[in-house]
Amino acid sequence: MSSWRARFQELSRYPSAVAGGAIIMLLVLLAVYALIGLGQTRAVTLWRGGEGVWELNPRQAPPAWLNFFLKVKRPPTMLLGSASSPELKDREDFEGGDADITITFPVDFQYDEFPREVAVFMTADFKALSPHVSFTWRTPDGREYPLLGQRLRAKDAYRISQDRRVTEMFGREAHIGMFAEPGSDPPRPLKGRYELVVDGVVFEPESDFEVSFVLYGQLHGLAGTDHMRRDITVALIWGAPIAMAFGLLAAVGSTLTTLLLAAIAAWYRGWVDGLIQRLNEVFLIVPGLVVLIMVGMLYSRSIWVILGVVIFMGIFTGIRTFRAMFLQVKEAPYVEAARAYGASNPRIVFLYLVPRVIPVLVPQFVTLIPGFVFLEATLAVLGLGDPILPTWGKVLNDAFSNGALYAGHYYWVLAPASLLMFTGLGFAMLGFALDRVFNPRLREQ
Amino acid sequence: MAIGPTPARRGTGAATRSLIRVARYTATRLVAILATMVVAVYIVILIANMGGHVDVIRKAQIREGVGMFFLNNPDVQMMPAEERVALMDQIVALEEERLGLNTPFMIRSFTYLRNALTLNLGRAEQLFSDSGSRQVRLILLERLPPTLYLMFTGQILLFFTAVFTALYLSQRYASTLDRILVALAPTSAAPAWFYGIFLILIFAAVLKVMPFGGMVATPPPAETWRYALSLLKHLVLPVTAIMMGAVFQAIYFWRTFFLIFSREDYVEMAKAKGLSSRTVERRYILRPTLPAIVTAFAFMVIALWTGAIVLETVFRWPGLGRLLWQAIGLYDTPVIVGAQVIYAYLLAMTVFVLEIVYAILDPRVGVGGRSEQ
Repeated sequence: MSSWRARFQELSRYPSAVAGGAIIMLLVLLAVYALIGLGQTRAVTLWRGGEGVWELNPRQAPPAWLNFFLKVKRPPTMLLGSASSPELKDREDFEGGDADITITFPVDFQYDEFPREVAVFMTADFKALSPHVSFTWRTPDGREYPLLGQRLRAKDAYRISQDRRVTEMFGREAHIGMFAEPGSDPPRPLKGRYELVVDGVVFEPESDFEVSFVLYGQLHGLAGTDHMRRDITVALIWGAPIAMAFGLLAAVGSTLTTLLLAAIAAWYRGWVDGLIQRLNEVFLIVPGLVVLIMVGMLYSRSIWVILGVVIFMGIFTGIRTFRAMFLQVKEAPYVEAARAYGASNPRIVFLYLVPRVIPVLVPQFVTLIPGFVFLEATLAVLGLGDPILPTWGKVLNDAFSNGALYAGHYYWVLAPASLLMFTGLGFAMLGFALDRVFNPRLREQ
Repeated sequence: MAIGPTPARRGTGAATRSLIRVARYTATRLVAILATMVVAVYIVILIANMGGHVDVIRKAQIREGVGMFFLNNPDVQMMPAEERVALMDQIVALEEERLGLNTPFMIRSFTYLRNALTLNLGRAEQLFSDSGSRQVRLILLERLPPTLYLMFTGQILLFFTAVFTALYLSQRYASTLDRILVALAPTSAAPAWFYGIFLILIFAAVLKVMPFGGMVATPPPAETWRYALSLLKHLVLPVTAIMMGAVFQAIYFWRTFFLIFSREDYVEMAKAKGLSSRTVERRYILRPTLPAIVTAFAFMVIALWTGAIVLETVFRWPGLGRLLWQAIGLYDTPVIVGAQVIYAYLLAMTVFVLEIVYAILDPRVGVGGRSEQ
């Protein structure tokens, strides 16, 4: 026990071990947050939700914090809703059950570029007579533009950017015309306080409607959005537990089975040893990644099936080092003593040989983890990622297949890539330090 | 004159002996590797056809083919429905028998094995070779040269850079450069394609000094020297990515290895004799460690081969890896199984070549474990 403590103390003297440990701790925290705060069902629903879930997000928008570094400020997504801020709503009831409802959305626009799109989403509550609404756009310099007037369905959307009449009225795309200085060419945004006024009439006493006004920004959220308007943050957060679980399980699974097999080979020798050694040579030639690709194509892309195959393929690789170690351990006096008092073969293998090699195993298996984390990403980049779960690799794959690098959407590649890099570096740095502590032959004086 | 010829003759005798040794070793290893190869490909076939998946696909293909034939045949169209179905079943059964699909899988698997080993890989479902062929073998062989060109350049450069940097560092232990390179070792945890993304981002997208990918410029330059230059230019980023993905770890491990060996008595002795540090490095440290380094390199190369699949995809390199990626996208099973066989061949050849190099380098290697000394 004290030797473990001594090793731990020695480990804490390596800055790389401390840094690696810190990174791993952060990732564990992120994973815990993902499991508790987000939950798999919610993460999966959000990720697979498609347009319905994410209709309030812009497409392929870089993260909002980019504005800190930009001279030309780009507008982030702005969302105003009468349901969440009832003070914007003004209701005047008349006799006979009719009522005038006015909602004024103030927009403080202080940016140097235009929004991507402008849209209004409405929900109406009525029995037989649907409410009627009309929209007016007021600019800071006092101009007023009438937009659409329409009867509301229970759930309705008005995409102002796609309204041809508005486009014709401004002579340019609606979301540009609405914010541009009149006559400026190329269009320059006019800064100041804009207002969208919604004038509505309801024809029943119980009837009401709610409006939300969305300015789709050029920037969005913490990590930006992808081509399906999804918030990349979801995949970045949910990718952490997946990567950790996959890396850890694959490393533990493959090293433990290899260890066991090596112990058996070294203990029984003879044909068992020969068979295991030949299998090791065979699996050296079987191209692992291509087998995984085949499994992903023909059987299942579920990350757990892939994990099983990874462990299976890993059983026979690297068996030689362990076997050589066991051949040495086998000759140790305590093993001979065990044999002398009649311990059974399995007992010697499991209780005498395997535990002896565990300390050597620790650094090796920590250094193996990043390889498996990247393997998952590799498969995802090849289009063989888990069909349901959002992972870092799948974000990279989406980014690639949508030409993110060519189109200049660097955030889309950089966020998952740097998370992968951090994970890899964290485990690798800790592993290298562990290696030096546990294998003193490599230690630097 | 009387003394002269004797050492010379002894020299040629030793050379012949070592040549015989290497030749005998080569022959044994070749047989062993071929046997391993057969088993490996057989395992691949078992995985590919586990649960009869490939059979299902092939049967569906036959049925579809017959269906298409029926659709274009007015005589069959005029038949009553039951008669048409019966005829269809009959033709499908005949076709399955012709292709041997109704023999037990264990027997068929050996036919598949023979076909795979002789590269008789069947026809692709979607992909064509550039010359317009549907033969999987032609499609794969056509993509082989670009992959070999990329991987050999990368591997050879990686080997020599790593060995000589490691050797240099082992003599300058704990210098600033040594510390920096040791600190960089964990970066090799990421595979080559991963660095490829960053390289493309920096040098192609932002700085615009390097191409995004591909093997030559489009359209390919007409003059030979321009063509060669374009090839080289397109090679820079992928090869740098291969290097970044492995070189620091290799330097770190080999440097440690050299360090251990440079504390041996005979090295101290050589230094004390006043030999130049270059001679000490080459003759006293590198020479005895080379066999072990070649073994380590073999494992690295094996990892590189499969890593090339994604690297080629990222760089749009027209090699095997990118072909495999295209085949995945199109669900072209014959091409994927064929690529698997080709990769198994490539890995076997790599292992074989490195074992021969090992035998040449290490005089202790003998046939059947017997040593010459």
